[in-house]
Amino acid sequence: MPTDIHRHDVRRLVEAGAQLLEVLPSEEYAEEHLPGAVNVPLKQLNAEAASKLRCDQPVIVYCHDYQ
Amino acid sequence: MSARAAWRLESLGFTAVYRYTAGKADWFASGLPIAGTRASIPRVGDLARRDVPTCGLQERLGEVRERVQVAGWDVCLVVNERNIVLGRLRRSALAAEPSAIAEAVMEEGPTTYRLDRVAEEVATYLAERKVASVLITGSDGELIGVFFRDDAGQEQAG
Repeated sequence: MPTDIHRHDVRRLVEAGAQLLEVLPSEEYAEEHLPGAVNVPLKQLNAEAASKLRCDQPVIVYCHDYQ
Repeated sequence: MSARAAWRLESLGFTAVYRYTAGKADWFASGLPIAGTRASIPRVGDLARRDVPTCGLQERLGEVRERVQVAGWDVCLVVNERNIVLGRLRRSALAAEPSAIAEAVMEEGPTTYRLDRVAEEVATYLAERKVASVLITGSDGELIGVFFRDDAGQEQAG
């Protein structure tokens, strides 16, 4: 079950090697995103697209806000 | 959106999936680094004047007024122990009875802008409404400073 986290958890986990994934459309990602984040828009999130991430490492997924 | 994405990742075999619920709006509003094509655009938090005087709810106006004058301002922001903006003392409020406390005469809940708003856009908005400045806070309501619309113009000129 995915775990909801806050800002300070994001920083801690990223420092420990977690991957950041933004799932907004690529245009929005291109303009502004968290440093180090990769982009896979939700509509394209399938096995092939997810292969750019390591499944044995923690992943932090985010969008714009509480959507 | 991120909730569905998080569950989708689990279905794809990811075993440690976290969801940053507040998202990048929260990250940027906290003044943390931004990447991307708009990252270098000046934000109100970059240009805000951070030396605006502050006082507590229970401080006497006489002492507050003196501090504000020494600092060269005509406004004082009322904050709590966490630097959260609670109110504002404009010139007229500062001129009230010296023994009065800030809480009694302050303007409640002044309008604030998040620190990651684009400075030029906010300056244009303020100019249209003939407003010279606006308070800037972080994502938790903590005071960052005061953004003057003319400062955005100077940034552009520079």
